[in-house]
Amino acid sequence: MSILQYNGGAVIAMKGLNCVGICSDLRLGLQQQTVAMNFKKVFQITDKLYVGLTGLATDVLSLEHLLNFRCKLYKLKENREISPKAFGAMLSSLLYEKRFGPWFSEPVVCGLDANNNAFLSGMDLIGAPVFSDDFTVAGTCTQNLHGMCEALYRPNMDPEELFEVLSQCLLSAVDRDALSGWGAVVHIITPEGTITRTLKCRQD
Amino acid sequence: MGDMNFSLTTFNKSGKLLQIEYALNRVQQGKMALGIKARNGVVIASDKKVNSVLVDLDDYQKIQNITPSTGFVYAGMGPDFRVQVRNARKEAQKYYLTYREVQPVSQIVKESALLMQEYTQSGGVRAFGVSLLVAGYDDDGPQLYQVDPSGAAFGWKATAIGKNYVNAKNFLERRYSDDVELDDAVHIALLTLRESYEGEMNEHNIEVGIVGEDRIFRVLTPAEVKDYLEEAN
Repeated sequence: MSILQYNGGAVIAMKGLNCVGICSDLRLGLQQQTVAMNFKKVFQITDKLYVGLTGLATDVLSLEHLLNFRCKLYKLKENREISPKAFGAMLSSLLYEKRFGPWFSEPVVCGLDANNNAFLSGMDLIGAPVFSDDFTVAGTCTQNLHGMCEALYRPNMDPEELFEVLSQCLLSAVDRDALSGWGAVVHIITPEGTITRTLKCRQD
Repeated sequence: MGDMNFSLTTFNKSGKLLQIEYALNRVQQGKMALGIKARNGVVIASDKKVNSVLVDLDDYQKIQNITPSTGFVYAGMGPDFRVQVRNARKEAQKYYLTYREVQPVSQIVKESALLMQEYTQSGGVRAFGVSLLVAGYDDDGPQLYQVDPSGAAFGWKATAIGKNYVNAKNFLERRYSDDVELDDAVHIALLTLRESYEGEMNEHNIEVGIVGEDRIFRVLTPAEVKDYLEEAN
């Protein structure tokens, strides 16, 4: 089994009209054995910037700590919050620094910039970024996730529609993956604020 | 014995770091440089007089870009300025490599100030014999800063450093207003420079750099300087 699949997990980020959404499942496993159902993989960086980290759980946690550290320092030095674009570039740089002994994690960056324009980006474990206009996926069931998003996504959804589509995409995809699931958390980020909802799903 | 490395900058009884005072003396002996922040940009200028007609002026540039949006000028020792410029450019590129964004002016200033301070506390080195004027335009608008050999950094609306800087600053105080336009600021800069200039001032023995709302810092060509000079007459 590949090391990126050892703990399992899935993340989607999706763009709507003046809003973005990001969600993850809650499973933490040791190969086939499920160990926790409350392991969040999406973390808040600023009011309007979230990052989802899939892959090896220890690296998910380490990267989260590292990113928070860097962003807090950035805020103290520059007297402003980091923009999603700069954050993505910084994360990419961080990952590539470990090119020959990488962080086993594939992140998804999702946020609204200062002008409330949406920013979505996904990366491989060594930092190669891909910038999306619609959705970005990561985790152990990316094929399922891609299929669901491709089928259900439409542009310019409002926050309520975005929530429905994001949730359905994730739930249906992880139901067909042994290593992901056991609940989900969905964040919808709008200029007015973020709404977070926890979903119950098949507990298997 | 080879790894003995102690600071040459030490406090005297009255709490002064004389090495920094001496560095500031060296700056005050240097040719004048000044800067003015306008409503929509910043101008910096410098006396570029050379002491022989044999000097090839094409090669000699005092005002230097650090990023596309920020430039430095100095008063004091040219070689020390080059070290500062090199360091600032490298730091700006490192910033770009990490964040894929142009380093903001205030951050460039902080890095330069850090380097100045390091050389007042590290072993075996002397303080820089330059004060820098930093002019740039970023998301926080047009900005002008001064960085001293001590590592202290100040934001200015208008300032002068080097020989006769006191007279120049008085002159600027009388003429400065918060809403001055960039073109007028260039005008005032040239008048200020002329006040303290020994001999005839022309487009070949001064240097002017501007950055406007386009956020492109550049050194004016002698032809452009000549046009501004003619207006000033």
